[in-house]
Amino acid sequence: MTSVLFYILAFLTLVFGFLVIANPFSRSPVTSAMFLVLAIISLAGLFVLLHAYFLAAVQVLVYAGAVMVLFLFVIMLLDLRVEERRRIKILAAVGGLASAGIILGIFLHHLLVAPLGEGETPSVAGGTYALGRILFTQYVLPFEIVSVLLLVAMVGVVLLSKRDLK
Amino acid sequence: MTIGLEHYLVVSAMLFVVGLAGVIVRRNLLVIYMSLELMLNAANLALVAFSRFTNNLDGQVFVFFVITVAAAEVAVGLALIVAVYRRRHTAYVEDLRTLKL
Repeated sequence: MTSVLFYILAFLTLVFGFLVIANPFSRSPVTSAMFLVLAIISLAGLFVLLHAYFLAAVQVLVYAGAVMVLFLFVIMLLDLRVEERRRIKILAAVGGLASAGIILGIFLHHLLVAPLGEGETPSVAGGTYALGRILFTQYVLPFEIVSVLLLVAMVGVVLLSKRDLK
Repeated sequence: MTIGLEHYLVVSAMLFVVGLAGVIVRRNLLVIYMSLELMLNAANLALVAFSRFTNNLDGQVFVFFVITVAAAEVAVGLALIVAVYRRRHTAYVEDLRTLKL
């Protein structure tokens, strides 16, 4: 049952991810953003299969919620023309895709030769309790630093959005 | 057949390469940015899979931090794209070649 779910979710994630970058029917950024939402939600499903329940919830809330709303707002703000009238340089595209394929080959080769072994029997579950416990004891300093980072990002965005940017 | 670590790592590698191909091939700054998000998510999937199959929650804490930093990064990056658009009235990388010799 779990393996069937894994194959379905992995297939959906990869198909939606592919549709983000190359949709044969539309080149509008809005379509890409919508397929990115779907890819992120299927990835959250994979997180659930890995018993990372808290991260699956955060993935849907933060990525599919907050981040994608931000993307859609900016797309709406920029009012972009459709990309299709731009010609794609065939040679550059082929070269880029070939280098991406070579990197995939390197990944898969290293996966094949890596001594992954059987591993331990998975028993941890990333529920809110377990994750919160480790986050507020062992990782409390990085947690505080991240809050400062969010503040800095917020100040930076406000500064960048000022109209008379020097 | 049970699903092991290597299955998740293969999915993660393929998702990463899909994002990388998007960064290389697409010309729209926003779509390039979305492909970057895909690559980040692929790395997150690998981290969560490692965390599950080594019985160690540290990987999941790391993914939590990655998601937080990615949210901040998206906000700053999109503000930069809007600032560039205000100045140059374009969001296509081939029009932004001030630094090109």
